[in-house]
Amino acid sequence: MADIWITYGIPFLIIFAQSLGLLVALLLFTAYILYADRKIFAAVQMRRGPNVVGPWGLLQSFADLTKFLFKEVIIPSSANKGVFLLAPIITATLALGTWAVVPFSDGWVIADINVGILYIVAFSSLGVYGIIMGGWASNSKYSFLGALRSAAQMVSYEVSMGFVIVCVLMTAGSLNLSDIVRAQSGEAGMFNWYWLIHFPVFVIFFISAIAETNRPPFDLPEAESELVAGYATEYSSTPFLLFFLGEFISISLMAAMVTILFLGGWLPPFDVVPFNLVPGVIWFVLKICFVFFVFAIVRAYVPRYRYDQLMRLGWKVFLPLSLAWVVVTASVLVAFDLAP
Amino acid sequence: MILATIAFYIFAAVAVVAGFLVIASRNPVHSVLFLILAFFNAAGLFVLMGAEFLALILLIIYVGAVAVLFLFVVMMLDIDFSELREGFLQYLPVGALIGLIVLMELVMVFGTWAFTPEIAAVAASPIPPLNEMSNVEAIGQVMYTQYVYFFQAAGMVLLVAMIGAIVLTLRKRPNARRQVIADQVARTKETGLEIRKVDPGQGL
Repeated sequence: MADIWITYGIPFLIIFAQSLGLLVALLLFTAYILYADRKIFAAVQMRRGPNVVGPWGLLQSFADLTKFLFKEVIIPSSANKGVFLLAPIITATLALGTWAVVPFSDGWVIADINVGILYIVAFSSLGVYGIIMGGWASNSKYSFLGALRSAAQMVSYEVSMGFVIVCVLMTAGSLNLSDIVRAQSGEAGMFNWYWLIHFPVFVIFFISAIAETNRPPFDLPEAESELVAGYATEYSSTPFLLFFLGEFISISLMAAMVTILFLGGWLPPFDVVPFNLVPGVIWFVLKICFVFFVFAIVRAYVPRYRYDQLMRLGWKVFLPLSLAWVVVTASVLVAFDLAP
Repeated sequence: MILATIAFYIFAAVAVVAGFLVIASRNPVHSVLFLILAFFNAAGLFVLMGAEFLALILLIIYVGAVAVLFLFVVMMLDIDFSELREGFLQYLPVGALIGLIVLMELVMVFGTWAFTPEIAAVAASPIPPLNEMSNVEAIGQVMYTQYVYFFQAAGMVLLVAMIGAIVLTLRKRPNARRQVIADQVARTKETGLEIRKVDPGQGL
């Protein structure tokens, strides 16, 4: 009995504690990027944004949370009840589960698996099920159209994202996220990170990340001017909260992916004294916040794409470009014998 | 290893039950969702066998892409399943006969299955232990050396299938108005704007 406790019990407790810590941190982070998103959007439009709950409106997200929790759960009478309630749970669970492989600092990762990047790609491609199931089960035309749009959009942009990731993998020589970050360290500091040598695909990945998370200007699945609220039309209360939470956690995951693949993860911008004294996790969070800030700015500045333009961008621009960059990267790596 | 055994039985049981429910559920969308659950559990079984690369590729390709399109199609079709089930008893004998023949053929094929010595030697070639070489590297090393022609052939088959699908579904629509971005960008004030003098009370 004691054996089982040592082999399984203690590691289980450690992983449980780590996961719980990550969950709390993520939820707090989500609450504040949500607030930041609204504040930035308001600032661009010369409004004040949320400023009533707490000092400078800092507690606004928590007020929203309480409101969602205490509302009544309304299920449309002709909805497919099981699938209707399962969809938001799937969205939130998958979005949270993906964070298990994200390295916050050297060694600060819950599951340091060899195929970390594939795990992230797999789980973010599963995220489409929450939306498509929710849209179908609502039994409403707006929800259904939103779900179909979202599925087509996410499948389209995943393809070019996959090729961008292949470029990074070839240069880093590993599928392990920590190893990818370590491969970016070097004398030149931030000029050694992959955003410089992979600049074209960095831009492609950034835009695809916005499209993959259904953020404006690619928020066709919930375009309020044509589809009311898309797949979330029939949702209220806690199920809606879970959809919302899943969405924002995948957005921060995409910011983390950009940070890990192109902005050197936890590495300081220059390996000299004031910078390398700061712990890696602070750099990581700062970089995520920076990427998210750009996401928010894009959301505020850029008007919504039309659906055919969105598809054209994905299939006719990003896919050939990223495919060409795979060939260029592979050729350069082989020609100059740089492959790791 | 007791944990791995328990995990195996959970994954296997869920996969089998989900597989049964694929054919048993009344709603076609539920069938596809159970199919996805079965895929998911198969991926879990792959992970237990130490083939994490295959597991994740199964998730990315089958669950993340193929099943999405499948679900897409099934959701769009308006199938009345009670109508489909009407002829069930009528077709049962023929279906059972075909199933039986296929089963017999499979038994006959697999009963006399034998490996040629060369293939057996390939199969017996040492698999590098996990701590020396990761799954991805091991697969890559055989796929791009020993099996490179088969790999290329599979690629060609997929290419032909893709071209075939495009040729079959491509329709020429002469009346469709397409957006030509170059034309839009090339518009100037002179070509895009016309100023007319309108007399009051006259209209154009």
